[in-house]
Amino acid sequence: MLNYQPRDLDRVFAALVDPTRRAILARLEQEETLSISALAAPFAIKLPAVMKHLDVLGAAGLITRSKHGRTVDVRLSPARLREAAEWLARYERFWSPALDRLTAQAEAKEVELRRSETSEE
Amino acid sequence: MTSITLVRRIAARPSIVFEALTTADGVAAWWGPEDLPAILAEVDARVGGAFRIRFPTLDGEEHEALGEYLEVVPPRRLVMSWRWVSGGVEEELDGVSRIEFELRPIDSGVELTVTHADLRNERSAIIHEAGWVGTLARLDRLLEGIPERT
Repeated sequence: MLNYQPRDLDRVFAALVDPTRRAILARLEQEETLSISALAAPFAIKLPAVMKHLDVLGAAGLITRSKHGRTVDVRLSPARLREAAEWLARYERFWSPALDRLTAQAEAKEVELRRSETSEE
Repeated sequence: MTSITLVRRIAARPSIVFEALTTADGVAAWWGPEDLPAILAEVDARVGGAFRIRFPTLDGEEHEALGEYLEVVPPRRLVMSWRWVSGGVEEELDGVSRIEFELRPIDSGVELTVTHADLRNERSAIIHEAGWVGTLARLDRLLEGIPERT
């Protein structure tokens, strides 16, 4: 059911923190495969910087790279992203109903308090 | 670094919400994933004070967690540590995570932001999932009874 290690997950979230890396992932989501130079084109950063971002994404398991002759094709690897999203959803399932109850409880108390405040006047 | 954040707008004054977060009766009434009352709630909401809660889940299991208050600023901010306990013994596999409650006054009441941070441990996630299945149906039911929710 859970075939990834917490450290893997940390790597995924660390990779997602950077806006350039998120932009790279967003582009890969649109176009199935891109060469590194095509991928780097819209960004105002140098190729080595792009390569570095790709290394981080690759280490996190978010992309795969494959060599075809002289070009390297980059492809999105969505399984990890999905795992990260599912992991977050689990924690949300823990907190969400609790906070709904807290909300209901506090709002009921507010109504009660207002009622007693008006009756005192 | 791994964390989740949830935001709720509550039509109640901050002091009411803060009280629900920092008293044993308040905490016992809402904390936990299921619509079941807590078995035990101990709350000493002072910096360095202890937090302890044990709650049942619908599968018949009981879950217990301990914490320590790190910041207590009524009625604005509350920070605590959180770790799971099993049979009175800390679950070694589980790291210590951190829960932050921020209360911001808004026209309609208070905006509560809850951040559960440093969730590094996989086991916590498994425990959560095991206990929390079936929560969503109840959540729907609960939401129907809540008049003003944004």
